[in-house]
Amino acid sequence: MAQALRRLAGGGPAAAADRRSGSWIALIPSLTLICFLSPIVVGLTGTVLPAFGVMPALGADTPTLAPWSDLFAAPGLWQALLVTLWSGIGSALISLAITVAILAAWHDRVWFRRLRRVLSPLLATPHAGLAIGLAFVLAPAGWLVRLVSPWATGWDRPPDLLIVNDPYAIALVVGLVLKETPFLLLMGFAAVQHVRPGPALQVARSAGYGPVAAWVRIVFPRVYPLIRLPIYAVLAFSLSVVDMSLILGPSTPPTLAVMVLRWFNDPDLTMRLMASAGACLQIIVVAGAIGGWRLSEIAIARLARPVLSDGRRGGGGGVARFGSALPAIIALALAGLALASLVLWSVADRWRYPAALPTAWALDTWTRALPGLARPAWTTLVTGLAATAIALVLVIGCLEYERRAGVRPNNRVLWLLYTPLLVPQIGFLFGVQTALVATRLDGGWIGLIWSHLLFVLPYVFLALADPWRALDDRYARSAACLGASPNTVLFRVILPMLLRPVLVAAAIGFSVSVAQYLPTVFAGAGRLTTLTTEAVGLSGGADRRVLAVTAFTQTALPLLGFAVALAIPAIRFRHRQGLKA
Amino acid sequence: MLLALIRACRLPALSLILSFIASLPGTAANATNAGDDWQAVMAAARGQTVYFNGWGGSEQINAYVDWAAAEVEERYGIRVVHVRIGDIAEVVARILAEKIAGRDSGGTVDLLWINGENFAAMKTHALLGVPFTESLPNFALVDTVGLPATLVDFTVPTDGLEAPWGMAQLVFIHDTAVLPTPPTTMQALLAHVEANPGRFTYPLPPAFHGTTFLKQALLSLTPTPERFQEPVGDADPVVETAVLWEYLDRLHPHLWRGGETFPPDGPTLIRLLDDGEIDVALSFNPQEASAAIENGLLPETARTFILDGGTLGNAHFLAIPYNASAREGALVFTNFLLSPEAQARKADHRIWGDPSVLDVAGLSASDRDFFHALPPGPATLSSEALGTPLPEPHPSWTSALEAEWLRRYGG
Repeated sequence: MAQALRRLAGGGPAAAADRRSGSWIALIPSLTLICFLSPIVVGLTGTVLPAFGVMPALGADTPTLAPWSDLFAAPGLWQALLVTLWSGIGSALISLAITVAILAAWHDRVWFRRLRRVLSPLLATPHAGLAIGLAFVLAPAGWLVRLVSPWATGWDRPPDLLIVNDPYAIALVVGLVLKETPFLLLMGFAAVQHVRPGPALQVARSAGYGPVAAWVRIVFPRVYPLIRLPIYAVLAFSLSVVDMSLILGPSTPPTLAVMVLRWFNDPDLTMRLMASAGACLQIIVVAGAIGGWRLSEIAIARLARPVLSDGRRGGGGGVARFGSALPAIIALALAGLALASLVLWSVADRWRYPAALPTAWALDTWTRALPGLARPAWTTLVTGLAATAIALVLVIGCLEYERRAGVRPNNRVLWLLYTPLLVPQIGFLFGVQTALVATRLDGGWIGLIWSHLLFVLPYVFLALADPWRALDDRYARSAACLGASPNTVLFRVILPMLLRPVLVAAAIGFSVSVAQYLPTVFAGAGRLTTLTTEAVGLSGGADRRVLAVTAFTQTALPLLGFAVALAIPAIRFRHRQGLKA
Repeated sequence: MLLALIRACRLPALSLILSFIASLPGTAANATNAGDDWQAVMAAARGQTVYFNGWGGSEQINAYVDWAAAEVEERYGIRVVHVRIGDIAEVVARILAEKIAGRDSGGTVDLLWINGENFAAMKTHALLGVPFTESLPNFALVDTVGLPATLVDFTVPTDGLEAPWGMAQLVFIHDTAVLPTPPTTMQALLAHVEANPGRFTYPLPPAFHGTTFLKQALLSLTPTPERFQEPVGDADPVVETAVLWEYLDRLHPHLWRGGETFPPDGPTLIRLLDDGEIDVALSFNPQEASAAIENGLLPETARTFILDGGTLGNAHFLAIPYNASAREGALVFTNFLLSPEAQARKADHRIWGDPSVLDVAGLSASDRDFFHALPPGPATLSSEALGTPLPEPHPSWTSALEAEWLRRYGG
């Protein structure tokens, strides 16, 4: 570990060479790790100590296991654990299955490339906004039922059906799948591009394999390692999500993360000790799930080997096409309806069940709500842009250092970098909050941007590392041979060639920042609120119209980000075939 | 120390000294210089930013707070930022985190909207600093005799640590077009729900309205309501509240969604009632139905009713944390919120509809006019019909009920 850190932080011979040439870039990896690890270490300490009964301010200073026995005696804990595991692992599996099926079945179609543009709005939609829209659509008094009632169903009052907030967390799983599949797909697109499967696929096709069979045998085994960490991040996220679970998830009991948050917020302040133990349990759950997933990967890889090389031809993919198109179309339709319902509710004056559309329309809600939204919108924008810009500089610095020094960080260092995505937020944010308060950084821009950076940076890294590493090094070498300095190579050759992935990474980073709920709650100290905390705050409340305006605005910001990220390369590269997506 | 120096540089020395003296515990300001003290507070408040933390789930309430904020900025040069909170317990938690970290001044919360067990928790953990209500000129207008709940918060004496802001009484709302004669006893409610399964629910405890429903059911069902004014003590709370659990065991199978899930908060009930999902909603605001009709959230046919034997009532309060950064600003804003003008506007069902804490009959004629100008709400009960509210049980029952509820129905 120490060795690994030194290596990434510039201890190797290559780094020594860099230092001789006075390159600032050698400092960036260590800076990044400090930026990152310090809050997590501090936060984990501030969470783990109370879990063992140490919280001096509450008069608790003797280590004890009492918080753990309280935790295991908490009503509903085991059921909460079960529903957490099912919703987290189930949604990650379903998202991955849909992603792989779409990639395998449709990679050779013309419109496949355009799919990305359809996905971007979905990818950019913050979890809370999508969840609110989904609840508008799916609930028994929701839009779907209204569209067919009472003429087709006979329901002149909403049916008493347990659809949203159901104890089996089906609504939550649907929400998570809608949100995570586009992310995995985009990561998959990037990975496929990196693998450049064209020639190999052509060989396989000419040997008589059908397109799907060829893809699964030749491309998928090379793509999977590239999307492994995104999958783990999805898994960890789904197991510990709070905002989406609050809106769509079960309530008696809720998922573990929501349960722990309730304990943290309990006015009986001694509940904090048990809450800290619960936060530790959440970490264990995520670690266990990732470990289990890794073992399954190994097992499946071993079992699948004979199948991959059995030489059976065929695989035209009719079944795969149908099997992937159906969920994809349902998902797209649901997401589209969810977003449309946000728009409709925001301009509805009166829309009672069972009317299929609002019976009275007005822009009143917008004119009343917008002035109040200006501040949170500004905070959202500034925080998102700042965190994204810092993340881009650090990530590009790290990747460029890697390239120049010719080192590849080993896996342990990579895992460190992904720690904020793999450690559940609830597991260390309480400790971070205590530290921010102590250093008076809470409720200020530095604390807020920093806490967002923790989550933005890994996603930017996830999005950018593979395209960066996949860039043929001969471009840089040719430029160097022509006398270009390393920095000239970076700014004149590498960055322009990688403009598209850099912008996509930035758009992802921005949308990640916009969507942050818990970090904003903990670091913003209520003084800095974003559209997300406003929307979740309003999701309790009688007025769907105001909620819709807030959720729509929250959704629109990252959407704009993606539009920009897609538009710039399209304009810039309109005359360059090789750089078009 | 450093902070005091900075303040000294910014403020007139006199006002600093005066406000310092006024803030010392045990310094009784006598009648002759109370006015001077208040002038000093007003001077110190000018230019301050007050972070007011309160539940932000209602657009009407948010709009009212925005109005009050604009007024104090105009009149007293104080900037009020309304920090909208989902559950005020989060803020109590944050102030505790500040105390843990030793941040005893310059806190992030200057004023918070609070009552009940959250107040009890803050008081127990000494998060509220020194008493302040007596220093507010408008506090003299509060009807502390007719409304004893303005001084006793869920049986816990306020001790001047929080100022009453508004009154609340549990009421039930029904749509006369769907349910012309609502059930007015707990037994009638049970019978109605048994006959119409799925048409009633209550918010998930510990959400405020959910816990209130439990307490209301307990007080309506028990033969000994006065017992719950006392702390739980050594008694077994489950045994003492057995009548409630027997009732809920019978009620739950017939609840909305079979009692498998519960709405997150009170306002959600209004939405469910408007959608026609449930027959009866509950609210802590006697004017809620009128306000909801006004805002297009309930049909014109919605009306309010209460239970035979009365319903729970309490007050909600404004408190200043011990480490507030803008204590003077918070005092001036609180005083404004207690003014007849602000209280009357708050009581208007077209604005918010929250009952006033003031002794309206004792006001000057011009101040009384603010209240007489209020239109009657179409779905609001008269004060005679509302009757005398039942007092809240001791807060120790709140946690006992919530714990037992969670054990029985939470998993």
